[in-house]
Amino acid sequence: MTRRLVTGNQAAGYVLAAAGDANREARGCCAGAYPITPQTEIAEYLSAHTFVKGDYVAVESEHSAMAVCMGASLNGARSFTATSANGLLYMAENVFVAGYCRLPIVMVVSNRTLGPPWNIWVDQGDSLAVRDAAWVQLYCESHQDLVDSILLAFRVAEDKRVLLPALVAQDGFILSHTLMGADLPEQELVDTYLPKLDLAQRLRDDRPVFYGNITSPRDTQWQREEVETSMAQVPHVLREAVDEFESVFGRRPDGAVSAEDTSDAEDVLVVSGSMVKAARAVVRARRAAGGRVGLLKVKLFRPFPRERIAASIGNARRVAVLDRNLSAGSGGIFWGEVAASVRSSGPLVQSYLVGLGGADVTEAVIDGVLSDVRTRTASCDPIFFNGDEA
Amino acid sequence: MTANVEELLRPGNSNCAGCGMTLGLRWFGEALAGKTPTLVIPPCCATVTAGLFPVTAYNAPAAATAFASPAAVATGFARVQHLNGERTPIVCWTGDGSTYDIGLATVSAAAERNEDIVYVCYDNEIYGNTGGQRSGATPRGAKTSTTPSGKPEPKKDMMAIMAAHRVPYAATLSLAHRDDFLRKVQTALSLRGFRFLLMLSPCPSGWKSEPEETVELVRLAVGSGLFPLYEVYDGCRYRINAWPDGSQLDDYVSRQGRFKSKRLDVNTLRADIAADWRRLEAMASAFPVEEGPSALQSEGTGGADACEGDS
Repeated sequence: MTRRLVTGNQAAGYVLAAAGDANREARGCCAGAYPITPQTEIAEYLSAHTFVKGDYVAVESEHSAMAVCMGASLNGARSFTATSANGLLYMAENVFVAGYCRLPIVMVVSNRTLGPPWNIWVDQGDSLAVRDAAWVQLYCESHQDLVDSILLAFRVAEDKRVLLPALVAQDGFILSHTLMGADLPEQELVDTYLPKLDLAQRLRDDRPVFYGNITSPRDTQWQREEVETSMAQVPHVLREAVDEFESVFGRRPDGAVSAEDTSDAEDVLVVSGSMVKAARAVVRARRAAGGRVGLLKVKLFRPFPRERIAASIGNARRVAVLDRNLSAGSGGIFWGEVAASVRSSGPLVQSYLVGLGGADVTEAVIDGVLSDVRTRTASCDPIFFNGDEA
Repeated sequence: MTANVEELLRPGNSNCAGCGMTLGLRWFGEALAGKTPTLVIPPCCATVTAGLFPVTAYNAPAAATAFASPAAVATGFARVQHLNGERTPIVCWTGDGSTYDIGLATVSAAAERNEDIVYVCYDNEIYGNTGGQRSGATPRGAKTSTTPSGKPEPKKDMMAIMAAHRVPYAATLSLAHRDDFLRKVQTALSLRGFRFLLMLSPCPSGWKSEPEETVELVRLAVGSGLFPLYEVYDGCRYRINAWPDGSQLDDYVSRQGRFKSKRLDVNTLRADIAADWRRLEAMASAFPVEEGPSALQSEGTGGADACEGDS
């Protein structure tokens, strides 16, 4: 491993390219991407990379970026792309097509606020808007987490028990544009970790099938059920991928959910993305001062690891879910999932909306959330929390 | 055709009687001469052609794409083919809704990148699959379900758009000119790079025409000058393949219910045709095909370089 000072976008570009090159002895790789802030450097990185057996297609839109990936994947290549915000929504039709075509494409999303109002800073609302597209979704805390999650994503997506595409989200600017140290694995290790892709559904000259043709309601329901069954395999396939990662790279990456100090906690914070770092600092400080607080970092959003979450929350009395996103009319999107995961007689689960549109979520903000939730005996409507409430 | 040639379109498909696309698909299959293509098909009648999962009427592997995406999905296919040294023809088989309208940016970008694709548009001049709404390919005066009193605007000139991309080959296909049809498909298959084929495809249910008149309608469209038969190499070498033969435009429109509209003015259509032909003849005379395809075209490099010295 080489420790390098990189931006999130550079790290993502490096790992995507290495994953592509790892398939050089099979059918190669092909990426299509279209620039959008804050993803642009990933597209530039991939366009500048000399693939051993691969191509980068400079397409005219995100919609076509995903279409190129689908064509490449249907022809047996490893395929990947990256985008952000409105670009992802422009791509959205094909995001669903790729998901329900079960093509193991990996996409990095540099999270950005969906305009309007026009805003280039981080908000998870873009990738969460395609949460129902039959993609695995992973949310990253740091550059290292991003590197690791992209590699895990290929392993899980291409696993024959799963065969679904995977989206890896990093916070725009906070991760995508900030320099941080990360271990970037050498090509030989990536080669070992990512087996050659042998896609069963690849179109072949000698097999006249029509991939994606018109299907009866009954067969369509059956197909949806198959997708759901495959989604249910993801948590244990991911666990295996984490174990295998450790044996190849000598370092254990975070898996679906990481719990810290939750077993005896009265109050538990549920956090995702780069906010986890500040949340961890707050939880450790409160613990040091004798507070019974815990932290749940949720990396895997789809499929949502309900059982792990419920078990980790344990006997906590209050759960504060921090969301850097908004489902208008509902509240925080992670909150909705967490609330559905715990039994109704369980803890109070409160939605806090923080850092929307890219505002800093500082330790003071998170500390304020913990103080706020301790005062509550019942949950209320989602709280837009800025840190100056206290 | 010998009895044991496997057709691209198998029997038992659900296409309408008199569907121009059906005949075009069979002829296209014949021109493939045993090569198996990969078909890339957006939502259009050709998706329905395949029939209901798990069967398919196509005797070749095919992928269904989003409406605007066939040229981009085919790009992915073609790139991976090249990486693996394979030569399967990658064929987009698309309607005019995808080509002229919703997928135009995608087609344009794939053409500009000169992707190694044979792109066929079977043009029935309506959104046939949804029951016959107007498209950019609908001719002036034709009634559709969204232009109930006839379309006021003229048909988009897709061939001119593709020629402006300087693709290695662009040609129109007529179901009334079989030898010309087969030769052009074979020419397209022999070249590399982006190849565009535009086929006028009568749709009896949308055109309100008699199924048995499909081929005759195409003959009249070509003969009256409404659908010029020509081919363009590298966007800069033109060859006209059939000249208007005096067929009457009135005969063409009177055989189709879609032209029984208040807006139809045959004289305006005639003026459109005259203007189109002035431009086409000027191009063919200024930039003729001299000795067939240039050496460059066999490798499909295309682009402006292929036209050097022409002007």
